[in-house]
Amino acid sequence: MIPTEYYIYLGTALFAVGVVGVLTRRNVLIILMSIELILNAVNINLMAFSQYFKSVDGQVFAIFVITDAAAEAAVGLGLIIALFRNKETVNADEIDLLKW
Amino acid sequence: MIELATFIVLSVMTLTSAILVITRRNAVHSAIWLIVTLFSVGGIFLLQRAEFLFAVQIILYVGGIMVLFLFVVMLVDIDVALKQARFARQWPVALATSVLLLIIVGYALHNHGLGLNLIERPNISAPLQNTQAVGMALYQNYLLPVEIASILLLVAMVGAVIMAKRKLQ
Repeated sequence: MIPTEYYIYLGTALFAVGVVGVLTRRNVLIILMSIELILNAVNINLMAFSQYFKSVDGQVFAIFVITDAAAEAAVGLGLIIALFRNKETVNADEIDLLKW
Repeated sequence: MIELATFIVLSVMTLTSAILVITRRNAVHSAIWLIVTLFSVGGIFLLQRAEFLFAVQIILYVGGIMVLFLFVVMLVDIDVALKQARFARQWPVALATSVLLLIIVGYALHNHGLGLNLIERPNISAPLQNTQAVGMALYQNYLLPVEIASILLLVAMVGAVIMAKRKLQ
């Protein structure tokens, strides 16, 4: 039986890696992938507490998180395709139409 | 003992491949390392005896979402991106902020024992098989959220089609 703390530490580390990816990368696709990393960190935490309390509620919420990730990936990738078609770039710092 | 060893191997795999995801120059390589990360996280789910979530992780994440990612990566221009800078100009500040966040959260977790001692751990044994228990919870206690999630997926599907359409009439 692995202590719950270890899972929480792993989740925190994975979350931090995802945050670094979102903040530093220029490619919008990699930013979306980093968001997937963050969602996986959340799932690890949910699973750890689900096991700790011996209840499946955490697993049900993890399934909802995965559903959200699927919806987010579909809409986000549609946005990226529309963006690439209009601006010919996938770099986040070149998309500054709303900035003046 | 062997459980702990498996956990350590899976954690190292998860974190290493996650770091590779955010550092590779080629987006295809990032996507493939992300698949490795998702497999390792699935292994951690299996270690926690959540077979159903493991299956969902492999089928939905690795099978569905990652294929979508790879398609889009190959639709947009990779060759141009290979010659450009990987990181935004503000990357040292962003890295420092994230490391600070990690240190603060780690310190809080370490010093306060996660607050887990506050709650008495319920002493019940898991009665059902995992898949059966998850199915029961999904279709009894969480029926309304399941329906809302299905509407969310429908909206996302329509939204993605509209977004990727060439021209709106």
